[in-house]
Amino acid sequence: MFSTRTRHLAFAMLCLAGLARPAAAESTLIMYCGVDENWCRAMTTEYQKQSGVNVQMIRMSAGEIYARLRAEKENPQADIWWGGTGDPHLQAAEEGLTEEYRSASLPKLRDWAQKQAERSKYRTVGIYLGALGFGYNTEEIKSRKLTPPACWADLIKPEFKGEVQMADPNSSGTAWTALATLVQLMGEEPAFAYLKKLHANINEYTKAGAAPAQAAGMGETLIGIAFQHDVIDVAIRGKPIQVVSPCEGTGYEIGSMSIVKRGKHPDEARKFYEWALTADAQKLGAANRSYQVPSNADAPIPPQGPDLSKVRLIDYDFAKYGSSAERKRLLARWSTEVKAGAK
Amino acid sequence: MLARELAKRGYGDGQSFVTGSLLLIGGAIAMFVAYPILCVLTSAVRDDAGAFAPALFLAKLTGHSIWGFDCLTGGACGVAWNSLALATLVGVVTTLLGLAFALLAVRTDLPLKPLLRGLSILPIVTPPFVIGLALILLFGRAGMVTNWLALHAGIPRSRWIYGIWGIGIAQVLAFTPIAFMILAGVLAGISPTLEEAARMLRATPWRIFRSVTWPLLRPGLTSAFLIGFVESLADFANPLVIGGNFNVLSTDIFFAVVGASHDQGRAAVLALILLVFTLAAFAVQSWWLGKARYTTVTGKGDSGLHAPLPLRLRAASLLAVVPWLLLTIGVYGTILAGGFVAQIGRDNTPTMQYFLTAFSVDRGVGGWFLSGSAWPSFLTTLELGLIAMPITAALGVLTAYLLDRIRFRGRDAFEFLTMMIFAIPGTVIGIGYILAFNAGAIQLTGTGLIIVAAFVFRNMPVGIRATLASLTQIDRGLDEASLMLRASRAATLRRVILPLLRPAIATAMIYSLVRAMTAVSAVIFLVTGGYNLATVYIVGRADVGEYGVAIVYAAVLIVFMMILLLTIQAVAGKARFGRRDEAVAVVS
Repeated sequence: MFSTRTRHLAFAMLCLAGLARPAAAESTLIMYCGVDENWCRAMTTEYQKQSGVNVQMIRMSAGEIYARLRAEKENPQADIWWGGTGDPHLQAAEEGLTEEYRSASLPKLRDWAQKQAERSKYRTVGIYLGALGFGYNTEEIKSRKLTPPACWADLIKPEFKGEVQMADPNSSGTAWTALATLVQLMGEEPAFAYLKKLHANINEYTKAGAAPAQAAGMGETLIGIAFQHDVIDVAIRGKPIQVVSPCEGTGYEIGSMSIVKRGKHPDEARKFYEWALTADAQKLGAANRSYQVPSNADAPIPPQGPDLSKVRLIDYDFAKYGSSAERKRLLARWSTEVKAGAK
Repeated sequence: MLARELAKRGYGDGQSFVTGSLLLIGGAIAMFVAYPILCVLTSAVRDDAGAFAPALFLAKLTGHSIWGFDCLTGGACGVAWNSLALATLVGVVTTLLGLAFALLAVRTDLPLKPLLRGLSILPIVTPPFVIGLALILLFGRAGMVTNWLALHAGIPRSRWIYGIWGIGIAQVLAFTPIAFMILAGVLAGISPTLEEAARMLRATPWRIFRSVTWPLLRPGLTSAFLIGFVESLADFANPLVIGGNFNVLSTDIFFAVVGASHDQGRAAVLALILLVFTLAAFAVQSWWLGKARYTTVTGKGDSGLHAPLPLRLRAASLLAVVPWLLLTIGVYGTILAGGFVAQIGRDNTPTMQYFLTAFSVDRGVGGWFLSGSAWPSFLTTLELGLIAMPITAALGVLTAYLLDRIRFRGRDAFEFLTMMIFAIPGTVIGIGYILAFNAGAIQLTGTGLIIVAAFVFRNMPVGIRATLASLTQIDRGLDEASLMLRASRAATLRRVILPLLRPAIATAMIYSLVRAMTAVSAVIFLVTGGYNLATVYIVGRADVGEYGVAIVYAAVLIVFMMILLLTIQAVAGKARFGRRDEAVAVVS
């Protein structure tokens, strides 16, 4: 009586059995990738081509990767975490989710990348630097005959009321960098006074960090606060947007790389780690429209990227502003005093 | 064996089929629903170091950002109120629109019926991200419609679409078809006998509708509302794209976990609130349905004609449906065209570039191969979705049958558990699944199995709801007659009930497959290198502003699923109620 159904069931079971196949054990590398998909894919295929190792790549935002590593702590699924903003890398290092490793090529790296490694007790290392800034929609500025903004101070001008977009620092690492940058640049009290004035000009606190750059490119907002390479990326896709590096100076992120503790393929992870720090591997970013500054001093700085001689970088205190306690305190203050405040 | 033992003791009707099924489903739900959710929720009462901290829990639970009323004084209200208001609005509107659709499609002979059916299916097969994106391209501050209005009618451009209105419109577009499918099934299942009796008593069409049809629709209406309400609560993609400063629980939960603040405790608290809302919706539903009976399909003769639709109602339905249709056409025109022009709205030069990037097929040394970047994720998604489909439908129908027909202890808890996974945002499920199945007795992470399990248990509730709504209309007398004739419960289910449930089963299967192919949030944590999924890929493309590829992929998915869906519908077919139809009636 059940023959058909039993058969179906058996078939389903068979399919499931097939699905439960384990990942192949030899010469595999499982990578969580925290940058743009194209760049992730280029890194994967290029390394696969050179080494013959089968790389399984999963792209997520840095926050997602950090949350996933925490959830997988008892039985780590990944071997290496490549890319994504530095704070969650530092946090993972602090919690012992990642492995200590000193690469022989550390001295070849630019200063900030080495500092990132020291800071984390060599559980992570810098692979690129991205400066914070903003972008404005050139067509909208022109049609409304406004002076283009050049400084942080310009963003609180009354003519930009309801025209500035930034991400919510509670959800976005980019916006957290912006908050920490302003606090370091101006001092905490003046920074919060500034943020309250800025609040009147903000039309939306987006969830994702790169969203304001895209919205400014589409004309959905006049100005978007984001990383400069995100703005440039939108511009290169043909949108009318101009990147600005604020005149008062600005903060930056250090995109990082960490080896996952107790990963299943530690040797492959280390080999990839070394390769990813070479100048040749770091050239792949610019070739795939990601114009951050590479950490290997021999890798050329992409000409399309922000002109670092004109960008005034502040001396960003990653140790202080990367710690959970300081972050919690500033975020809570921002949420109650700025975001919940009246316009 | 355990089942037989229990059956002997008289639990669950004393049949081993029944107890066996109960054990199977109960066990599966405990393992794949209750346990993972428990894993997440326990973090609600812990602090960051993992210690038990009830005071912190209370502080988080009563937080101002959750329950604040600042919107009355010009600020922003708490997320809990936002979600509740949005879900109620969307539930009511989708139910009414779904009813209008169902009435037009089932009870009239309008020539546009096939069009209605076709268009109403579209949003279900659409990856969630895309509707919000299309709405922005049309109605955003720099959108095409906005620009046109500013140019020709002098209406100033604004950002009104970002917020509750944008999310509301996107969700109504997306969820109305589910309400339609449920209500059409219920409407078709109402036996004409009662309406015919009322007609014989010379009641006007309006009165028949008010006093006969409408009350009989109640189970369908509440089911539709409940699904609209819960779907809206759990929807993640639309608030993310078009929500503006209007925060809702589902996105807040996501960013509490993955955002810069990394506060899993807060996520768990928010998830708890979401669960309570769902529970409340449930309670309201059972209160409204009460103890009344809605059975009209009985074992007795079942012939007759449905009463004609009152004219006023027909006009009102049409009036409600037309704007929806226009909007749908606009949105889908944008999606289908958007993938084949350079930059929609700005540079409308036709191009095949995006399509070729995603779906090109090349000829190499070893013959033809799929070189497009979208192929791997597309095929994986299809494979996993197809495997999950029959399991979801079978479990859904069996569960609904048990819930409706068998009396057993713990039935209410059972029903609630089945709804629970539906109400919780996918992100929480994803993390729960990792916490539950990454270490210990059952290790599933990294396999396709965990994705299939997430699909099955996340989509099962729709199968259950659809089947329940149909089952309440089928007289128990049919079961009893079959049981009297010494058929077993299993045989009764197979020979008597299942054939009457064909539309519900088709709904469950279709919905399961389609949801599997369009799900994002639940699986974003579960995907591994070998199992990249379509929507995760699409979101990744849209994330970096490659709207062309994202939209072209979505368009291909939509067209593909439409074809699949129509095939399934043709195969699963309609329930055969054996009624005479209008044409025959006229001749006789």
